[in-house]
Order: sequence, then structure tokens, then C-alpha cells
Amino acid sequence: MTDVRVAGVGLTQFGSHPDRTGRDLFATAALRAFEDAGVPREDVDELNYGNFMGALAEHQGHQAPLMAEAAGVNCPSTRYEEACASAGVAVREAVRTVRAGEADVVLAGGMERMTNLPTDEVTEGLAIAADDLFEVRAGVTFPGAYALMATAYFDAYGGGRRDLAHVAAKNHANAVPNEYAQYRKEVPVEKALDAPPVAEPLHLYDACPITDGASALVIVSEEYAAGHDVDAPVAVTGTGQGTDRMALADREHLARTPAADDAADAAYADAGVGPDDVDVAEVHDCFTIAEVLALESLGFFAHGEGIGAARDGVTTAGGDLPVNLSGGLKAKGHPVGATGGSQIAELTRLLRGDHPNSERVADAEVGVAHNAGGTVASAVVHVLEVAE
Amino acid sequence: MSAPASNAGYDEWLDALADGEGYALVCPDGHGSLPPRRVCPECGSTALSEEPLAETGTVETYSVVHVAGPRFADDTPYVNAIAEFGPVRLTGVLRGAEPATDAVEIADRVAVGDRVAVGVEERATDGDPLVVFRPADGE
Ligand SMILES: [Zn+2]
Repeated sequence: MTDVRVAGVGLTQFGSHPDRTGRDLFATAALRAFEDAGVPREDVDELNYGNFMGALAEHQGHQAPLMAEAAGVNCPSTRYEEACASAGVAVREAVRTVRAGEADVVLAGGMERMTNLPTDEVTEGLAIAADDLFEVRAGVTFPGAYALMATAYFDAYGGGRRDLAHVAAKNHANAVPNEYAQYRKEVPVEKALDAPPVAEPLHLYDACPITDGASALVIVSEEYAAGHDVDAPVAVTGTGQGTDRMALADREHLARTPAADDAADAAYADAGVGPDDVDVAEVHDCFTIAEVLALESLGFFAHGEGIGAARDGVTTAGGDLPVNLSGGLKAKGHPVGATGGSQIAELTRLLRGDHPNSERVADAEVGVAHNAGGTVASAVVHVLEVAE
Repeated sequence: MSAPASNAGYDEWLDALADGEGYALVCPDGHGSLPPRRVCPECGSTALSEEPLAETGTVETYSVVHVAGPRFADDTPYVNAIAEFGPVRLTGVLRGAEPATDAVEIADRVAVGDRVAVGVEERATDGDPLVVFRPADGE
């Protein structure tokens, strides 16, 4: 089995680009990834592309060939859809394909266009990641589902809105120096607490914004990198995926995400590391409570003990385990189908030392990316390590 | 919205719930699930039978939803809840706690552990059927 390297990463500015087509966003990210990698486009063997709601947002299905064309590659191309974990699975399949010796170079990433739709249509669009018959028809929205998890968490373990406000404040502070982030302004805890409610107990600053954007990674085999003089110091050493019951009501516990436990266990075993070895993490904080659940699934905290992590300073930029130094989905933005690729791009930059927040984790060797779909009926975890 | 397409299995289940005869699918090991379904999602058994829901359920979690999609535009704010009815949990809208409209007020009238009954009522926005919980009589 060959080792897998991240040769290059590319991102668009995350934010509001209502007039930019999906194909233009993905082409931008892909060209930046090729430039960063120093890998020629003609060497790409496969395109793995993540997208969630392109059929609603752009009336565009069958997006993979369109994106191959836009990125200037001519190769087998496949779209992956696993709600907010779409790009995470696209990257995971790229890793598996390279390891299997089926490809030397895979372009992996994703795109989502969202701000061209009115907010209520985006709300309805995001809800299709839930069970239509038993959740959406019963009034479940995307923020509403995480609000149900937050109430269940507070009831089972304690904690409250102030703890979550610290997660928002931390991630907004981290986004300030990140040139790709949608919101580069601090949000103090009191401001987050005073914001209007979306789905109580979650308020405006507990929720990620609506974002347009794309991510792209050039994933290569170690042999390709060595043979072509490609500088690729970061390796993907572990990948894991988990699946749970689709509807939140059918889960064993309403305040836990076992699909992410399973993905993390598999990724750690694959890499031969454990939670104690991790120096930095990018986790799926579509809502502040989601970061708490992620920290517990990744094994950094026991169930019920992750709620105070930001408030206690453990996961802040200056803490023992900085989490979401990119700003996270919360402040950097959440173009749904691009997010899983964006997390790995940010983690790669953090480990290589060329991220604006790299100095916060100057000695970091091991990073983890946690990408979740829906209310974590799907989860993908990757371990990245500095290989040279 | 045009008339919704029919969904065999689900539609009959919703009609039964509306008639006060709601049921769950239960396998020989007692795992509950909701139709349409051919396989128990917990153990893989295909021997599923219909069993009546518990008379009253227990609220396990809730949220006060202020921002919703177009199909719930005139329903906001509403209380979304998950309640356990014996072998299954159901998701629905909790009514009867009005006129409270925020979590602090709702918490005075609703709490995890409350007993509720379940039925089918109309969505305010478009009259479509909606799974609704109401506080159980005498509580
Ligand atoms: Zn069973």
C-alpha cells in the first residue's frame, strides 16, 4: 500500500458570491490547487467532486463532468453526495483510490452555491439532509435538529448557552487573520448571547452562515511526489467513515454522534495514532453544539465533558488543543459540498506552516479533520501528519 | 404547493395516527421502527408486526423554532419536540404551550420528561397534516 500525500490545496474566498456560477467557483479552487502543487493538470487520473444541493441551487445535476471541464482535466469524474460530508467522502475515496494503486493523482474537493437562493429556500434545501417523511414534515429544520440535540445535551450533562457562546467567540477570533474566511470580525460572548434566536436554544451566532465557495486538493501517491520532485510534506495517514440511523429520533442517544465515534476509531487505527497524539483539529461546527459533540466523538473529552472546552481555554488558539484555527464552519463559512475539502486544505496549511495561524501550532505533527453530514448520520474523519 | 404524492406505508400510518390508532413496527426482539420498512434497522429481522403506540409519550427534547422554510412560514414560532412512545420515538410539533413564544417561557410550561399525547392536526401555513403533541390530560 502506497502512502498518500497532499501535494496542493486551493480555496475560493468563502462568502457571498450570488452572481458566480458553481463551475467558476470550482475552477478557481482547482487552478489554485494545481498552482500550489506544481502538478500539471494532464497528470490527473480522477476527479472526486462533492456537492449537495446543486440541483436546487443551480438546477444542475450531473455536475462532475461539468467540473472536470471547468478545472481543465480530462479523466473519469464522479460526484459524491453525503450532505455536508460530501467533500469529506470525495477526499476519502481519493485516498483509497491512490492507496489501491488505481491512481497516482486525484483532484478532490467540492463546491456549493447557496446565496443565489432566498434564505427560506436555503432553509428548505438544507432540510432535505433530514428524513423527509418523519422529520421535515414534522417541522425539523437544520438548525432545529441541532437545537434538539443541544436541549438533550443540556438535559443529560448540563452546560448552557454561555458555553456555546464561547465556541462562537473562539472560532470568530480564529477567522480574523484567515484571508479565505467569510466573517473576519470578533464576536464577543455577550454579543453572541444577545443575538436573535433561530431555533432555541440556538441563536444567530450559534449557526454557520450561508456560504458560496469551493475547495480543491491535489492528492498524490508518495511515489509520484518523489518521482516528479513535488514538494508534499503532509501525508494523509488515516481515513475513517461512519453511518448512523438517518432520523435523530432513531438514535440511541440524542446528544451523541456515534457515526463520528466510528469514523474516528477507524481513522486513528488506520494511522496508528490516538486522540492524545493530536496537536490540532478542524471539526464540523455547523452549529456550536456540533463542535462539542465532535470533540467528544474524537476522544478528546468524555461524553458530557466537551461543553466547557472553549470556555476553559483548552480549544482556543492559545490552548493545549487548538480547534478550528481556520475559523471553522462557524466563521470561515460552510459551502456545504466544499467543506470537507476545505477542512483538509486548512489543516494542510496549518501543518506546512503557511497558514496565518500556523504559528499557533508551530510544532504540530498530527492533525485531525472531522466532517459530518446532516445530524451526523454520516461522518468522515481524516488524520494528517507531517511526513517530512 | 401541489397535492403531495402518496407514500404507501407512511400515509396509512399517518391516517391511523389521526384516528387515534397509531402504531409502530416491532420485531421479535422488541425493536421499534416506523413504516414503510421491510427490515428491522437494529437487528435485521424481517418479521415485523404492527403494535399500538403507548397511550402517552415522554418529551425527550424540544426546540423553539423561529426560522423555518416556506412550508412552515406561518407556523413560526413553534415548538419542535421528540417524544418516546414505547418502542419508538416520534418527532412532531408540540402545541398547547402557547402563548409562550420563547424558550424561557416555554420552559415554564414544557420540560424534558413531560407526558404528551400524539395526534394529527393541520399545519398553519398550508393545512397539510402535521404530527402534533399536546400535554396529556390531567397533567
Ligand atoms: Zn430488531
